Amino acid sequence: MSKARASLSRTALVHAALIAYTLVAVFPVFLTIINSFKNRNAIFRNPMQLPTPSTFDLVGYQTVLGQGDFAVYFQNSLIVTVVSIALVLLFGAMAAFALSEYRFRGNTLMGLYLALGIMIPIRLGTVAILQGMVATGLVNTLTALILVYTAQGLPLAVFILSEFMRTVSDDLKNAGRIDGLSEYAIFFRLVLPLVRPAMATVAVFTMIPIWNDLWFPLILAPSEATKTVTLGSQIFIGQFVTNWNAVLAALSLAILPVLVLYLAFSRQLIRGITSGAVK
Amino acid sequence: MGSLQLKSVRKSFGPVDVLKGIDLDVKDGEFVIFVGPSGCGKSTLLRIIAGLEDATSGNILIDGAEVSAVPPAKRGIAMVFQSYALYPHLSVKDNMGLGLKQAGTPKAQIEERTKKASAMLSLEKYLDRRPAELSGGQRQRVAIGRAIVREPKLFLFDEPLSNLDAALRVNTRLEIARLHRELKATMIYVTHDQVEAMTLADKIVVLDGGVIQQVGSPMELYNRPANLFVAGFIGSPAMNFIDAARLGRSDAATIGIRPEHMSLSREAGEWRGTIVHVEHLGADTIVYLDSEKTGLLTARLFGEHHYEADEIVYATPNSGQLHRFNANGEAIL
Repeated sequence: MSKARASLSRTALVHAALIAYTLVAVFPVFLTIINSFKNRNAIFRNPMQLPTPSTFDLVGYQTVLGQGDFAVYFQNSLIVTVVSIALVLLFGAMAAFALSEYRFRGNTLMGLYLALGIMIPIRLGTVAILQGMVATGLVNTLTALILVYTAQGLPLAVFILSEFMRTVSDDLKNAGRIDGLSEYAIFFRLVLPLVRPAMATVAVFTMIPIWNDLWFPLILAPSEATKTVTLGSQIFIGQFVTNWNAVLAALSLAILPVLVLYLAFSRQLIRGITSGAVK
Repeated sequence: MGSLQLKSVRKSFGPVDVLKGIDLDVKDGEFVIFVGPSGCGKSTLLRIIAGLEDATSGNILIDGAEVSAVPPAKRGIAMVFQSYALYPHLSVKDNMGLGLKQAGTPKAQIEERTKKASAMLSLEKYLDRRPAELSGGQRQRVAIGRAIVREPKLFLFDEPLSNLDAALRVNTRLEIARLHRELKATMIYVTHDQVEAMTLADKIVVLDGGVIQQVGSPMELYNRPANLFVAGFIGSPAMNFIDAARLGRSDAATIGIRPEHMSLSREAGEWRGTIVHVEHLGADTIVYLDSEKTGLLTARLFGEHHYEADEIVYATPNSGQLHRFNANGEAIL
């Protein structure tokens, strides 16, 4: 903000609001992480207290890592998330390019049809999806999850990316055509690098729901070999007894990969979110 | 090498006819400029020649060969765009070489041609820079260089100077004129700026409403405009049009006189009027006056003249330089 327009009280108010929001947003994560390092009694007696020498305990992590399967769960989650994001970005961008670049009959209708998925939750079709997966023998495979998540992520991806692709200069694409680039080369080499911020935005918006999803892993791939982290953590939550140490440790660990992916995308993400607004 | 024929080229977007039958012959080595107001179809015509847009009907022949079904890269053309359209992730050198690389030209030859073009445009210092690190004028020179290295039969320019500021525009205009002399290539250039058209062209094509209004050399268009549109479009300030009936003439419907073909006097003259506004430009003085007989008139006087608003003056047209138009707006010669 420029000096001329800033007043101390206004700046203070803005910062107070931002700090308050940050606290609200970060607090649950903070609570999860500090409690994952405490013993069971300390979690219940003083949930707000930081771990002290007397309450510090790694039993949660020992349980989780000692379980052995957790590495597999992590691997499953990562495979499903990364492959789904890659497919969503690839197909979403291709569909968006076609919608924004080519004039054809039914273009608008097709765009609306592809965007419909934003408004209708994919979970409504769970029964049909399950029947389909059973019929094709894909139950208890990661492929099933990847297919469903790709379908789930595409509508938003097409919607956001086609808006961005309209902003890529026509002259640039035409220059490519005159220089003899194929339509694929124009798409991959000219257009995609220019919409990278939008791609990062889509990647983050797609990634979080997939990583956190419990519904589809539970229904489509609950086998030991295909469990995801979110589903794997559920074994510590029982009907009568819950192993809170382990649950908190598992959740803390589950944050890490998302955090890494997020940091990888975030620089582009901020540009992606603001570029539409400020320009 | 480098002639172009258009035979009754038409283009419609749905129910809208943008081009209504364009016939044109461009000879080898000519500098042809399409000029017209925005929306007249000149850019669409250029894009059809480039192959970026399909004509609804008609034939396009480059060097006598029909190219309607030939993709842009194989037509032997190169195009310079208004927005430069440089590849942002490639260096200046790669920007210029990409077209040749796609066509499978040997590396040494690409190198040599890039070198030659960048020398011509004094771009040698910038060969390794990205477009983002260049100024607007330099970017446009790179875009022109990218066209030169292809050694095309036809150069197509789509309003290449519109994004440049006034001083740079003059420089780049001179540069394009010099390139045309040196390369002796056929160039087709689209602009809405009649000064560019008058200064660069061998032949101007005036378009309006999707129809060619007149084709001719700059001076032909200036001295013998074929109709009211061309008369009003070419020349600045625009020609004065006077209803012939108000002057009591029956040999025409409209009389046209260019502002620079009139003289003003405080004492006596043909049309008496009151000065509305005076613009002093140094090299010339432009006087707007309201005359009972003719309506609003513009007069352009060379050098400095001290007229002021609300003065009564007399305007006299130079007798040999009146233009006459019939009721359909066509010139009577």
